[in-house]
Formats: sequence, C-alpha cells, structure tokens
Amino acid sequence: MLSQLRTIWEVFKHSTVKPDTVSYPEEKPYLAPRYRGRIVLTRDPDGEERCVACNLCAAVCPVDCIALQQTQDERGRWRAEFFRINFSRCILCGLCEEACPTYAIQLTPDVELCEYDRQNLVYEKEHLLISGTGKYHDYNFYRRAGKDVGVKERGTGETEAEPVNVRSLLP
Amino acid sequence: MPRIRIDGQAYEVKEGLNLLQACLGLGLNLPYFCWHPALGSVGACRQCALLQYRDEEDRQGRLVMGCMTAVADGQILSLKADKARHFRAGVIEALMTNHPHDCPVCEEGGECHLQDMTVMSGHHHRRYRGRKRTFVNQDLGPFINHEMNRCITCYRCLRFYRDYAGGEDLHALASRNHTYFGRASDGPLESEFAGNLVEVCPTGVFTDKPLSQSYTRKWDLQHAPSICVHCSLGCNISPGERYGRLKRVQNRYHHGINGYFLCDRGRFGFGHVNHPERPQQPLVRENGRLRPVAASEGLAELARRLETTERWIGIGSPRATLESNLALRELVGADHFFTGLGSHPNALNRALLELLRLPGVNTPSLREIEACDALLLLGEDITQSAPRMALSVRQAVRGAGRDRAAALNIPPWQAQSVQIAGQNARHPLFISHVTATRLDPIAEATYRASPQEQAALAFAVAHCLCPEAPAPEGLDEQAQSLAEKIAEALLHAKRPLIVTGPSSGALPLVEAAGQVARALLNARPAEACPPALIPVFAECNSLGLTLLTQDAAEADLEQAFALSEHGPVGAIILENDLFRRAPGPLVQGFLERLTQRIVIDSIPSPTLNAADLVLPATSFAESQGTLINNEGRAQPLFPVHALHAERRNSWQWLAAVAGHRALKGFASPADALATCVTAAPELAPLSQALPSAAHPFTRLAVPRMPHRNSGRTAAGANLDVREDQQPQDHDSCLTFSMEGAPAPWLSRQSGIGARLPFSWYPGWNSNQAVHKFKDAVDGPLRGGESGMRLDLVCRDNGWHRPLPVDTEAQGLLAVVQPAIFGGEELSNLAAPVFQRAALPCLRIHPDDAPAWSVADGDRVLVRGASAATELPLRVDPRVARGIALLPPTCPPLGTGPTRVSLRSLGSDPLIATDHPEPTDG
Repeated sequence: MLSQLRTIWEVFKHSTVKPDTVSYPEEKPYLAPRYRGRIVLTRDPDGEERCVACNLCAAVCPVDCIALQQTQDERGRWRAEFFRINFSRCILCGLCEEACPTYAIQLTPDVELCEYDRQNLVYEKEHLLISGTGKYHDYNFYRRAGKDVGVKERGTGETEAEPVNVRSLLP
Repeated sequence: MPRIRIDGQAYEVKEGLNLLQACLGLGLNLPYFCWHPALGSVGACRQCALLQYRDEEDRQGRLVMGCMTAVADGQILSLKADKARHFRAGVIEALMTNHPHDCPVCEEGGECHLQDMTVMSGHHHRRYRGRKRTFVNQDLGPFINHEMNRCITCYRCLRFYRDYAGGEDLHALASRNHTYFGRASDGPLESEFAGNLVEVCPTGVFTDKPLSQSYTRKWDLQHAPSICVHCSLGCNISPGERYGRLKRVQNRYHHGINGYFLCDRGRFGFGHVNHPERPQQPLVRENGRLRPVAASEGLAELARRLETTERWIGIGSPRATLESNLALRELVGADHFFTGLGSHPNALNRALLELLRLPGVNTPSLREIEACDALLLLGEDITQSAPRMALSVRQAVRGAGRDRAAALNIPPWQAQSVQIAGQNARHPLFISHVTATRLDPIAEATYRASPQEQAALAFAVAHCLCPEAPAPEGLDEQAQSLAEKIAEALLHAKRPLIVTGPSSGALPLVEAAGQVARALLNARPAEACPPALIPVFAECNSLGLTLLTQDAAEADLEQAFALSEHGPVGAIILENDLFRRAPGPLVQGFLERLTQRIVIDSIPSPTLNAADLVLPATSFAESQGTLINNEGRAQPLFPVHALHAERRNSWQWLAAVAGHRALKGFASPADALATCVTAAPELAPLSQALPSAAHPFTRLAVPRMPHRNSGRTAAGANLDVREDQQPQDHDSCLTFSMEGAPAPWLSRQSGIGARLPFSWYPGWNSNQAVHKFKDAVDGPLRGGESGMRLDLVCRDNGWHRPLPVDTEAQGLLAVVQPAIFGGEELSNLAAPVFQRAALPCLRIHPDDAPAWSVADGDRVLVRGASAATELPLRVDPRVARGIALLPPTCPPLGTGPTRVSLRSLGSDPLIATDHPEPTDG
C-alpha cells in the first residue's frame, strides 16, 4: 500500500519537472563534438586530403559499408580514387575512425541521415570530403611517415636522421 | 627418426633438418626473417631463438638459433620459455628501431612478414626515442618499387638475387646499420627474376610497382588457383582481382614446377586481361563497321551465320584451353579443324612430342632439373622462352657446390657454409645456340652456329656416345672435340639432362636432341639413372593442341589456306592472330576468300579487326579449362572472378549453338572435361580431375577471398543500393566469396594442394603461410599438387640420319630470337613488360655485313620468300655466321625455314638514340 502511494507521488512529482526530451526537430538537442554521427573525410593542416586509401577503415567495418580504391599521384602520394560509404548500412559504430592511422575519417555530431530514397544514402568521396581538419588540427601523417611524397624532404621528418651516404667509408 | 621434446611435448622429426624447419613442419609458430625455405639459413637475424636444455635436470637452458641448429635425438627444447620469448621480443624491438611509420602507405601492409613476426613475438610498444636512419631510394625500373627506409638487413634479397638467380647488379653497399641494398646507379634490375624480391623481401623494401599504381590489400583481393599462360612451363600462379580488374599475380607453390619463384613475365605480364581495347561484348560487322551487340544477339548471329554457309573450317590455337580447341573441332569436324600453326611449327611440335615419348628417357620436372649434374641446351635460349626453367638450370649448375658440401657432411640448409665449401664449383653446362644467351657466363662451353651445324654437333655427340648412331659429315675439328667433351660429361654424369625447343626452327636439331638421349641411354649402364630430356614448347597449350591433332593428316594453316581456294567456306578462328602465324599477304588473301569470318578472342588483334563477327572470349582469369604444359602435365585453370555478363569461355560460345550443329558433351566445365578425356586415349588420366574425384576432401567450399574481405555492401552501391546475390560457382569447389571453409580447417584437408587460391593462416598473412599447408617444410603441399601427368605412349623411332649441312644456299637463314619481354603475344599488352622490351632490330654477324653492303645502325629491308619487313640493323659478333636474327615481333617472312636478303635503306633514326651494344665477354 505504502509502495503504491509512493509510486503515485513520484509520478505526480515528475509532472512538474522540466522534461529531458526536446521537441525535435523544432528544437535541436546538444550533441557533443565526439558524438558518433555522419562520417566525413578531413584534410590535413596543409589543405591536402588526409586519406591515404590504406583500407583499414573498410577492413574494420563490421557491416562492410566502406569501399574505396587507392591511386597514386606523380609524387607517390596515396589517395582514394573513389571512396564510398553506404550509409543505409552504416551502424555509426565509429570503428573506422579508431582504425584510421591518419585521422582522415571522422564521425560528426550530425545524425540527420534520412532520405525517402535509399540510393541517396550512398555517399561518394565528394560528399564526404570537408575542407577542414575536423577534431584533430595539427596532424599530418606524411610528416611522420618514412615515405616522401613532396610533403617533406627525405630525412627531414620529425623523427628522421639525414639520409645515409652509402658511398662513405667512415664507420 | 630423431625424437625431440619441445615444451614438454614429444615429437618425431625427420633427420637432417634444422630446428626451425622442424618446428614449422610441426605447425609450431617460431618467428624468423633471414631463413627462407629455398635459400637456407645464415643465422643473421637471431629471430628464431629457442632454449635448449642439457638434460632433464637443467633448469637454465641456453639460447640456440633454430635455423642454425640441426635436430638431434633427445633434444629438450622450449619455445615458450620466458628467456627465449624475451630474447625474440628484444631482437624485433631492435630491428624495428629504424622502421618507418609507413604501414598505411606500404604495399606490403596486410601481407607483411615483418608485421606478422612483430605481432607474433609480442613487441607492441616502441621505447626507442632516437632518430630513424633514412636512405635515398633508387628507380629500379617498371617492375619494382624501392623504399630502403623499411629494410631490416636480413640479406634475403641478395641471397636470392645474386646467389640463387645469378643476378649481378644488386649489391650491399656501406656497412653496419647503414647497409644499403641497391644498384650502383638507378636503372631497371637486370635479372629476369627480380619480381621475386617482392615476395622474398620480408618487409616493404621491394614492392610490386604495377600493383602500387592501383593498390588493393591482399585481404581485398579475390584469388583462384590458376596457371601462367605466358610460356609452356605451366607455373602455378595466384592472380588477385578487385572491382573486375586483375591487380597482380603472385606465386602459388607447386613442388614440382615453380616452387617459390616465378619469372617477371609471368608476374607482370597479365595486362592483357585489363586491356582497354579488349573486346567486351560481341561485335557484328554492319556496313563495314563493327557494332557492339548483346551476348544473346551475338549468339543468334553466330547461329544465323552458321546456317548461311555449308562448309566451315575451324582454326584452333595453342594458347586456348583444351576444351575450347576440342569444342571447335567437334563443331566443324576433325577433317576441317586446323591448329592455326604453319606446317613447320606443327612438325616441330610433333617432333618435340616424340621426344616425350622416347622409351627409357626421363621427362624431368623443374625440381628434378635442379638435381641434374650435366646439362646440354640445344638451340633454345630458355631464359627468353621458358624463363623459370633457366632458374632451375642455374640451381643444377650450382649443384656441384652442394655436392662438395655434402661430401664434407655439411647439411644443405647451411647456406653460407655450403657456399664456402662449394667455392663456385659448377656442374658442366653446354650451350649451343645461334647467339649469346644469359646462361653463357655459367656455361662450361658454348657453341654458336647455325641450327644445321648445331644439329650436326648434337649428332656427333650421339655418335661419340654410341657408335651405332650415325655420324654427321663435315664437322670441323673444333666442333668434333667439343662433341667429345660433351659426350664425356654426359656419360659420366649421375643425372644428365638435355633441353631443346622450337625456337631455332630446325627440325633436325630437335631430332638430334632425341638422338643424344637415345645414345646416352644405350651407352650408360642399365642400373644408372636414365638420362633426362625435356622439350620446351612455344605456348601454354602447344602440347595439348599437338596431342589433339597428332593423328590428323591435314591440320596445318597452309592446308586451310588451300581449302579456302576451292569453293565458298567460312571460318571460325579461335584465340589466334593469324598474322603472327603466316606471312601477311597469305593471311590477307585467305581472309578475303572466306565467306564468313568469325573470331573468338580475348585480346585485340589484326585478325579480329578483319572479322564479320567477334565473340569476346574470357581471359585466363575468367576461364575454366585445362592446359597441358611442356612435360605433359595437364593442369586445371579456375576462374578468378565471375564471368562478365557479355563474355564467355570460347567453348561456351560454341556449345550454345542450337540446331543440327549443336554440340554434345559441353553443358558444363565438368562435362567439357569429360569430353576431353575421351578425345584422345592419352588424355585418359584427366578423368582424375573430374568433379566426382575433384574435391572428395571437403564438403565446405573453398573461399576465393580472405575472410577479412571488405566493402561487400558498398562496392556496387553506386549502381544500385540493393545488393545482388554473390555470384555462384556451380562448377568447382571454390566460391566467389569470403565465406566457406576456414583456413585452419582447410589446412588439415588432404586434397587442399591443388585448390588453394591463396595462402593465409591465422598469424601468417604473407605468402610464407604456405608451410602451414604442407606436411614438411621442404615437401609438397598436403595431398599433392595441381595437375596430372599424362600417360604418353612410348615410341622408339630408331636412329635419325643426319642431313648434310647446306652450304650452297643463298641468303641468310632467318631465325627468330625469343625474348622474355616483348616476345610473347599476351604479355606484350602489359605496359610494364612492354617497357622492358628491347628495341626490335635485326642482328647479323660482322662478316656477313659486307656481302649485303649494310652497316651497323642502318635501316634494312629484309625480304623473305613471301613477305618483307623493315628493321634497324645491329651488327653483332655474338651472332653465328649466315644467320639473320630477327626480333620476336617480326611478322613471318615465309613458311618454314626461310632465307632472307637484305638491302640498306640508309641509317636508322631510332637506333642512333639507342644505347651502344655490349660486346662479347
């Protein structure tokens, strides 16, 4: 009996507090920057595409909704020839972002992925690529990698020594 | 058999192995870098350390290197002991100090032995905070990328390139942790086997350049057990496909044939599959132009055209599968089926087949060639025409060193000690050819002469061995003494070998090779090992086609030409460019006389351009069929990816014809194979490959893709977001999917050998996972390998009588020199291979130049019996006198052995910019 009264009291009490829900879509809730929503491809601080088409995001994707093909420019920089995400399959798990070694693929707080036609949920590279660096502002993979693709001279990376002179006889 | 104990578990292992081989053979995971199953041990990387205990009481143990310690009875060992594990983790940490942060942009990533071993030894946290050593890379040509920063100095590249493959232009430069593996200066790696560095290098220093232009990780590639179609050896390959394009070719282990290595033509010559001008759908000629139509319409057109003409001839091809050739023969009737080769190449092929039939003579596999100890190469430059065999011949020559080491009780895997004990000792190799070959530097003696003189030399060798063999006439003294020397070497060898082939274009030379083997058999004691004789054929299914047509009285192209002159006749030309087979004017006339020209092919060609109806055939990557290699081994081809909607296997086009011409017995690949079994009595062993017997080992299908294959729900989403069903394969035990039998389960199945599309095993992502599919590291794949040897009927044709050397003939004898790059129809369509091809030019001996008033660097008109061509001229002292050495791309100038005349057209602008030629020595 006491328990039932207590329940009724609690219900009445709640009728006077401010609700947690908001009247979406007129009113938008706050979503943290690290919220897992629509996926984007970002650029490095120099404005170049970060994605090196290494395929790790596609490999880790549990629903296999990422497909891409690598290509190379004349300096040897790897890029995606095409990069396709089928958002009608995506479960927004964020594993691709965790797998990405270059911070290229990032999830954004935009969760408004609704279409009348499923075909419109297939995003190509031009739909995914943004002009900014996303959540990580300073990282440029090619400044740390051993491969030189025109970003840095050989042996001038953050952790690299001068190239060895292989003709030298000095110990 | 020694009994050893590893981590408390007792095992029995084979004697003579080292501990690393034993552990891997037992299925234990012991990391390694510098050891390679074909290259042996040098103990350089210290990665395969394990703990060995003195006796039961010993609790300390001592570290030994697995690859440098022979197994011995009663050894007590531990892989898991902390001391050994920490040592291995420490070694890999040291190796990784300079390794760059490159994996995402490294072509090796995902199939990297260094990645695998790092994970296996548990090193995951980098403590080194110093700067990483860097190097400047080199441009190593169109096949190989160079990224020296990734090197861990295991020396495998040099041990393969210099010691195993005999290359000279790759060196170790500098010292200590500055050691650099490269050339003296930029430039393409000269060895024909440089592509193997991609697989030999345990990390990403040498990577596949054509692949890196449009790269796909190994886990995303779809593979199939396939056969190389670029020469007659039938090396096993594992091609990888993604998004409908063939991306790369990797080695697929075959114990008897290619082992761990391929040649560069086989590895990089697949460009014809992705060629932009390849016929993609049927083409019908209307108003003089070819119009693309749908497959159904193409088929209807084929049926309609077959009705319009009464008489049909079928022209087969030595590069089409056995099934396709047979289907065409069945369609047009055996009397109207022609091989698509001239009478002379046909006669050569039949003569080469007779060599395989010689009673008492052994036909060796490439592995058996490696054990031979006296070799005679007669008129065939195998480095150019059957390159993988040249690698085996190099191992045979090196065998003298191995024998010396064995006499000193040095185990064969002790690579460095074997090399020191061997002191570059060589087994005798004799080469007789019209010009210099790449194997000359390791030969005991070379003989450069016209094919007739070479045949005379071989007949003289046979006569020296066995006086019953008729002696040739008019052999000079020098050749006579060489013949005696060769006979001596062959007679006293344990396993003598004779190699010959069709490139010299001389029938007597092929017969003479058989004569030497026959004489050798007679001269050697009965208990001695029988002499070995191996012919090389021109194309991947030359032997299969020869077996189908050996009894036909009329199967030559000339007879097809003659037939077309008597009344209206239509022709179906199967995967064959006739302009490569016969002089242009003759082919042109033939094509014009035909009432119907139907061409089925997978590549663009002038013959195809002349067709009324083109039916697009599958390339080897989509074909299911059978090819017969030079030793008479029939091997199945499996499609790498599902059929493109408009393409069909050649035999499928023909089998789809209805009405009174409908074919029986070609309903499915299995049905077609069953029909092949009955086509000739010697093909009967093929029945072992029939589906009833094909995969008794598994009810689970074998996946063509690694289990981690990605993008299944996105790859085709741009076309339609709804996903289609995966393509189904009802014709083999393979699936077009990553689903199916898991690798560990598969590895335990006894019949896996022939059907392994790629090698992968948990923890072993690189191609080195192959040892998981073997019972012993140095043995064959579990349950044997792909292909079965045919039972060829033995036949002894008695002694051949040498023909006198014709010294009266006018003009130079045209000999086409084969070339590994630029010398084969299919691989010429691959850009990287074509880039490596030499400038096509005519070569003659300096003594022959004045008679024709031509000089080095001229452009000359070369006129044969039925055609002429213009070529730049090189005067080359390495060419035999009286020979006009033509480039492989030269169109035929006559039928059969042709004599040509030369006329200078002034100096050639192309050759002036070419590099100067190296001279002899």
